[in-house]
Amino acid sequence: MSFLEYRVKFAPAGFQKVFYVNWGLYLLITATAAIGWLMLYSIAGGNIDTWARPQMERFGVGMVLALIITFTPIWFWRSMSGAGYIATFILLLFVQFFGEVGMGAQRWIDLGFIRLQPSELMKVTLVMMLATYYDWLDDKKVSRPLWVLIPVLLIIVPTALVILQPNLGTSVMLLVAGAAVMFAAGVSLWYFIVVIAIGVAAVAGVFLARGTPWQFLHDYQYKRIDTFLDPSADPLGAGYNIMQAKIALGSGGWTGKGFMQGTQSRLNFLPEKHTDFIFTTLGEEFGFVGAISLLTLYGLILLFLIWAAVQNKDRFSALLIVGIAANFFLYLAVNLAMVMGLAPVVGVPLPFLSYGGSATLVLLLAFGLVQSAIVHRLR
Amino acid sequence: MRRTQRDTDEAARRVTRRSLFMGGCMAATMAVLGTRMRFLGVEEADQYRLLAEENRINIQLIPPARGLILDRNGKLIAGNEQNYRVVITKEGAGDVQAVLNRLSHLIPMTADDMARVLRDIGRNSSFVPIPVADRLSWEDFSKVALNAPALPGVTPDVGLSRVYPRDTDFAHVVGYVGPVSEKDLEGIEDPDPVLHIPKFQIGKIGVERWMEDNLRGAAGNKKIEVNHVGRVMRELERSEGLAGADLRLTIDADVQNFVQARMGDESAACVVMDVNSGDIIAAVSSPSFDPNLFVRGISSDNYNLLTENDHRPLANKVVQGVYPPGSTFKMVTALAALESGAIDTQTTVRCPGYLEFGDRRFHCWKRGGHGRVDLVQALSESCDVYFYDVAQRAGVGIDAISAMGQRLGLGQRHVLPMSAISEGLMPTKAWKQERYGQDWRVGDTINASIGQGYVLASPLQLAVMASRLATGLMVEPHLVREVDGKPVDRPDPQPLGIDTSKMVVVRQGMAEVVNSQKGTSYSARIANAAMQMAGKSGTSQVRNISAAERETGVVGNADLPWKQRDHALFVAYAPLDAPRYAVAVVVEHGGGGSSVAAPIARDALLRAMTGKLPDPSDYPTNQKARIESMLEGLKLRLPDGTLPAETRA
Repeated sequence: MSFLEYRVKFAPAGFQKVFYVNWGLYLLITATAAIGWLMLYSIAGGNIDTWARPQMERFGVGMVLALIITFTPIWFWRSMSGAGYIATFILLLFVQFFGEVGMGAQRWIDLGFIRLQPSELMKVTLVMMLATYYDWLDDKKVSRPLWVLIPVLLIIVPTALVILQPNLGTSVMLLVAGAAVMFAAGVSLWYFIVVIAIGVAAVAGVFLARGTPWQFLHDYQYKRIDTFLDPSADPLGAGYNIMQAKIALGSGGWTGKGFMQGTQSRLNFLPEKHTDFIFTTLGEEFGFVGAISLLTLYGLILLFLIWAAVQNKDRFSALLIVGIAANFFLYLAVNLAMVMGLAPVVGVPLPFLSYGGSATLVLLLAFGLVQSAIVHRLR
Repeated sequence: MRRTQRDTDEAARRVTRRSLFMGGCMAATMAVLGTRMRFLGVEEADQYRLLAEENRINIQLIPPARGLILDRNGKLIAGNEQNYRVVITKEGAGDVQAVLNRLSHLIPMTADDMARVLRDIGRNSSFVPIPVADRLSWEDFSKVALNAPALPGVTPDVGLSRVYPRDTDFAHVVGYVGPVSEKDLEGIEDPDPVLHIPKFQIGKIGVERWMEDNLRGAAGNKKIEVNHVGRVMRELERSEGLAGADLRLTIDADVQNFVQARMGDESAACVVMDVNSGDIIAAVSSPSFDPNLFVRGISSDNYNLLTENDHRPLANKVVQGVYPPGSTFKMVTALAALESGAIDTQTTVRCPGYLEFGDRRFHCWKRGGHGRVDLVQALSESCDVYFYDVAQRAGVGIDAISAMGQRLGLGQRHVLPMSAISEGLMPTKAWKQERYGQDWRVGDTINASIGQGYVLASPLQLAVMASRLATGLMVEPHLVREVDGKPVDRPDPQPLGIDTSKMVVVRQGMAEVVNSQKGTSYSARIANAAMQMAGKSGTSQVRNISAAERETGVVGNADLPWKQRDHALFVAYAPLDAPRYAVAVVVEHGGGGSSVAAPIARDALLRAMTGKLPDPSDYPTNQKARIESMLEGLKLRLPDGTLPAETRA
C-alpha cells in the first residue's frame, strides 16, 4: 500500500485523531504502572524519592513520547523502520565495544539522563523491520527459503550480539518475538516445526557439552539452570533468590500481609526486589488477590493488543501490533515464570512495574506505535 | 508492486487466524501463571508463611545475673561487677583506622589491639560490634562516652562479669568462673541454651561449679526481627530472665582471712568447723591464688608460675590433700581398742622406747621410752608403743581400727560443693589383698596404729574426726547455709554410739596433750580457762628412717631438704567443757606437729571463739610478746574486704 491508498479510504486526521486513540489501553497501562509506583514506594520503606518518583517521572516522559508517536501517522514510522533498525544495530555494536559493564554484562550506553540499553530498543525496531519487510514482500513468496532467510538473518544477527553481551533473557525475547512476527506473516508451519526440533536438539547439546572446553553457556548460566531445576539444593547459595521469592509469594496467602507489611522485602531477604523481583513484593503484600489483579490487567492489555491486530487491515500495522504484543507477553511471562520458580532466573523486568528506564521507555514507545496504528487504521 | 485484492484478503485472514492462535497461547500461559500463583499463595501459603517467619525472627538470649556468694554474716565473697567495654561497628565508623587512632588517645590501646580490631572488622559484617577494649576504668569509659560525637561507630557498653573481692581468701572454696568450653558442654546432657552465649561464664571449680545450677539462674529472651544479613531491626518481644539464687556459705570471711594470713606462705591447710552444726567456719589452703586472674583470662606466664610452684597453690589441700595422719590418728586406735574390749580405760603398757615384733623393731618417738603409761598418758605424751601394743591385741586389728576411723569420719567422701574431694584411705585386710595381692601383716597394723603406713586422711576428715570426738555425734560438714534466702535442710547428727566413759578418757587424753605440763603440745595451750582447748599433735614421716641413721642419730628436720621434712599436723577442739569449734591443721613438710601446726590451730580456735583478733592475754604469759608482734604482722583485710594499701602488690 502506498501513501495514496491511505488517502483513498478514511483515516482520521488533525484533531479528530484524539477520538480514535484507544484511551482504554492507555488507562490500563497507567493503572499497571501505578501498581508499580505503589510497590516501589512500599519497598523503599515509605520513601517516595528512592524509586517511585524517578519511575513516575520516566513514565511521564515516556508517555509524552508515546503520545507524540501516537499522533504521527503510522506510515511515517513504517518508512523509518529500516533506519531505526540499522541505528539500533549500530548502537548494539557500540555497547559491545564501548559499553559499560554492569551485572556481568555489557548492556548500556550512559546518555546522562538515561542509561540506554540498545538491546531493549532492538525489541521494537526488529519487530518494525520485520513488519515492514512482510508488508513489502509478495505474499506468495513468504515461505520460499530465500525470502525466509532474510528475516531469519534480520533476527539472528542482533540476537547473536545480545547473547555475546551476555544477556540470555533479551536474546530469547528477540528470537521469539521475531519468530512470532514471521509466524503471523504466514511463514509455513514446517519451518517452525523444524526449528523447534533443532532447538530441542541444541538444548540437549548445550547440556551435553557442559564441562567440556566447547561449552556454550557461561558457568553462571549453567548454574542458574541448575538452581532453577532444584532451588532447595542450595538454599543459601545460588538457589537463595528463587527460594526467597517463593517464600515471599507464598507467605502472602489470599490477601497478603498488607501494604508496606511485607517482611521479606522490607528486611531485604528478597533479591532485586525493586527490579526483576518486584512481583514477589506484590504477592507478599497483596496476596493472591493482588497478584491475580495484576495478571488480569496484563491479560486485558494483551486482549486489547490482539484485538487491535485482528481489526487492523493494514498488514504492517497488524504485524507490528502482533510483534509488540508478543514482546509484551514475553516480558511478563518470562518474568513471572522466573519469580514463581517455573523458569530459570534470567534478567527480564516485569513490564511497567520493575524499576528501570530502558524497558519502561521502550515499552511506552512501542505502545505509542500501537496507538498510532490504531489511530491511523483505514476505516 | 501490485497485488490482487484476493491475495491481500487471504493474507489478512491468515494474520488474523495466526494472531488469534497466538492470543490463545498467551491466554493459556496466563492461566498457568495464575494457577501457579494460586498454588504458592493459597495451597502452600502456610508453609511459606512459616518460612518467612523463620527468616525474619531470631531469638536472642539475655544472660541472667549470676547469684551472689556471701559468707555466713552476709559479707560478699563473689559478686558481679559492671564490665565497661567499648565496641565499634564498621558501618558506623566509616574510616575505622582514623576512629581507632582518636580512640587510642583516650584509652590505653596497643598496636596489637588495633591490629586485632582491624582484623576482626574485616572478618565480620559491617554492622557486627567488635570489642575494642574490655574492663575499662570508669574514667576511661566516661572519656569515651563524652567524646562520642567524635567517635562515630563507637559504643560504650556495659556487661556483668564475676568478681571476687576477697580474691585469694576464697580461691579454693568458691573457685572461679570462666567462659564455657567445648569440654564443659560435652559433659552436659541437655545444655541450657544460655551456655551458647559467647563468653558466658560458668563455674569451673569449687562452689561456683558445684552450685552452678543454683547460681546460674534462667536466661531471658528477646525476639528480634533481623534482616537478610542478620542485622537487628527491632525488638518484638522481651521476657526478662531469672537471676541466679544467692548463696550464703557457712564460712566466716573474717576467720577465713585470719587463718589465711596466719598460715602465711606455708604449704598448709586448715579447717575450722562448728562441732555442733558441722558448719565449716574456715577452710583454708595455702598458698592461694587470685581467682580473678582466671575470670579475666590468665596469662600463660602467670599460669606457669602457679603450676610450677612446689607449694601447689592451685590444689585445694583441705579436701584434695591426703596425708598420713600420724599421731592424730591415735584416738582412733584407742577407741577401736576400747570398743573391742581388748583394753579398758585403766589398761597400762610399758614403753621401753621400742616394740619388737618378729625381727623388726618399731621405735617410739622418745628413744628412752615412756615407762609404764595408761591411755591418757599415752595420748598426752603420744607414746607410740602403747598403740603398737594395743592394736595387735585380740579383737582389735586393722579392720576394727579402720571401722572406727570410718565411724569418726575418715576414709570417706564428705559431700561438699568443692572440687576433687579425696576419700583418704582406711586400709583393711581385704583392701590390701585387692590392691597389692598381698596378705595384711601385723607390721602394717603397727604402722597404721600411729597413723602411718597406708593410712591417709584429708584435713577436712581430720576436722570432722575432731568434731565427732568432741561431741560424740556423727557430725557432717556443711558449706552452704542458705540458698536464695532459704536455710539448707540438714538432719540432726546421730550419736556415734560409743560409750561416754570411753569418750571421756580419750577427751581427757586430748585435754592433757595441751594442758598438762608433760603434754606434747603444752606450749600451744590457751591460758584463758574459759576457752581451753583439747587436741592432738601429729608428725608424720614422709621418708623412711634407716637403722643406720637411727644409730648415728636421726637427722633433724631443719637439716633436711623441704620435700623430705615431716608433715606437721594438729587436730583440736575448744572449749574443753562445752566444745564449739574443732580445727585440723596440716603444714606440709612443716616439721613437728606440736611446734608448727598446734599454734596455728590455737590461733584459729581463739579467732573463731572470740569473734575478733585473739587477745594476747589469752596466751601463756611468756608467749605474750611474741604473739603480740606476730598478730601485728598479719596482713589482714580491712572491713570492706580489701587489703591495706601498703601490703597490696
